Amino acid sequence: MASSLLFSQFMGGLTTAMFLFLIASGLSLVFGVMRVINFAHGSFYMLGAYLAWQGMRWFEPWIGGFWLATLFAAGAVGLLGLVVERLFFRSLYGREELYQLLFTYALVLILGDVAKFLWGVGQLSVSTPPALSGSIPMFGTVQPTYNLFILLVGPAIAFFGWWMLNRTGIGRMVRAAQMDREMLDALGANVGLIYTGMFVFSSFLAGLSGALVTPIQSIVPGMDVLIIVQAFIVVVIGGMGSFWGTFWGSVIYGQVLSFGILVFPSFSLFSVFALMAVILIVRPWGLFGRPLK
Amino acid sequence: MTARRIPWVLIVFLFAATIPWVGTRYDTFLAEQIAIDALFAVSLNLLLGTTGLVSFGHVAYFGVGAYACGILMKTYELPFIIAFPAAGLCAALFALVSGYFCVRLIKLYFAMLTLAFSQIVWAICYKWNDLTGGDQGLPEIPFPNLDWMSSIPGLGDLRTNEQFYLLAIAIIAVCLAILYRITQSPFGRVLTTVRDNPERAAFIGVNVRAYQLAAFVVAGTFAGFAGALYGIFSRGVFADYVFWSKSAEVMIMALLGGIGFFWGPSVGALALVWLNQWITDFTQYWPFVLGTILLILLFAFPGGIVGGLHDLWIRLRGRRRA
Repeated sequence: MASSLLFSQFMGGLTTAMFLFLIASGLSLVFGVMRVINFAHGSFYMLGAYLAWQGMRWFEPWIGGFWLATLFAAGAVGLLGLVVERLFFRSLYGREELYQLLFTYALVLILGDVAKFLWGVGQLSVSTPPALSGSIPMFGTVQPTYNLFILLVGPAIAFFGWWMLNRTGIGRMVRAAQMDREMLDALGANVGLIYTGMFVFSSFLAGLSGALVTPIQSIVPGMDVLIIVQAFIVVVIGGMGSFWGTFWGSVIYGQVLSFGILVFPSFSLFSVFALMAVILIVRPWGLFGRPLK
Repeated sequence: MTARRIPWVLIVFLFAATIPWVGTRYDTFLAEQIAIDALFAVSLNLLLGTTGLVSFGHVAYFGVGAYACGILMKTYELPFIIAFPAAGLCAALFALVSGYFCVRLIKLYFAMLTLAFSQIVWAICYKWNDLTGGDQGLPEIPFPNLDWMSSIPGLGDLRTNEQFYLLAIAIIAVCLAILYRITQSPFGRVLTTVRDNPERAAFIGVNVRAYQLAAFVVAGTFAGFAGALYGIFSRGVFADYVFWSKSAEVMIMALLGGIGFFWGPSVGALALVWLNQWITDFTQYWPFVLGTILLILLFAFPGGIVGGLHDLWIRLRGRRRA
């Protein structure tokens, strides 16, 4: 009885963690490469969710409609990332962080209202794809298949990200851009292209996670500013710019939140914020990150 | 230089003080909102513009002040004259503790830790039902006892909220004057040095962190005062006041007015509150408009309104001389 309760808290925490990882990994990439906290990342996630709902209305009758809608949403958000980076973000790289932060906040304001304008303020929901709508009994609990699927997607993306960053030519360029932008530029690499690529990839991930969350969470206005704070905490705990750091940061966040609710019901929110503050004080670059120059 | 001697604070204050008589109740409401926001934004600018610290959690100190004053006046029924300074003190203490850690970090990490502290305050306000009322907030904070004002000739027939308005703008005028003195003092000059070149400031013997911390505490204190007034003005304190997006809003105010000038943020507060009223009359998409204004500011007018006017003035004067 008690152990099945613990197990279901553990699994709940892990599912939360994998979603957060999907969102936070993009935030962390953009921070690691461009040294910018992208508040609009939460808005990209929200747009991903709304676009997935929209895609479901078009593709639902088809086989694999949910997956088409998910790809559509992630691709569209990636495209939006491309436009934003090329048109605006690009000219802010040399500016003070105040302007960069406020620029991404301006996007939060604008995209939030665009979503309200297009999809209204009501709750929307997407049904679980038929193949994953069942549930599987485990250790005296019943786990929805879709959640288990998410538990596979998270590590898959983490592995892919790690592989791309550490085992490919593109990844080598990205790591070089993290270390010394000017030097890479002077060596003749197209740093602008790397930045654009990273921003688009990060937006794609945000859109993907927004789309994947729709079967288990309803889509509401305001989900953008709520999620960005959580993703931000995860990235701070794990270390800005570190892919595995973000992964373990999500796992820690999920478990602290999940078990915090059991121990202090009203202070589990407080406990994650306090954890973030302690980490920022002791190791500002996070558990797995490296200090900035 | 004689133009600089005009006591602008006094003139604006005297003008604002006539609003309950010459304007509508709504005008008084707007003026009070503007005055409180102006104090809040100017206190932020002591960090943003004067000291060069990008604090993304200034709303925490506003919130601590608002909750401290509200709790003391409502739950403990203390008079305003005790609750108000106590609110400033609470904000100052919290700024001292959190600032001690924040100023150890540089740039983006500083911004992140201030944001983290403000979210901690939010989580406490949102969840600690016994003290802060949780998500219900603290409604019905009483007005201070203003009977003494009624005995002053000419003020007796005003409504309580108009009397409180007069008290609030008097307090705000004093606070702004103090903040102005601080930025003009040798202390303020050192803060500017720290902003422009922390390494060099350290070489000439300035304890950079101590000065940054001092600026952080002063800014937090005045934000606390603004919060205390705001809680009474809006007849309640709610956790929404402390959410991180509010910090961004007050930054936009400061930037809109111009962070390079002491009075910039108050002009920004005036412009933003007024714009908000005007635009929400015919569309519900105020955030969209605000975001667009912010984009225009960032890409076209980074100096804000006052900065833009200042440049214009310099250009006109230069042309006349030539």
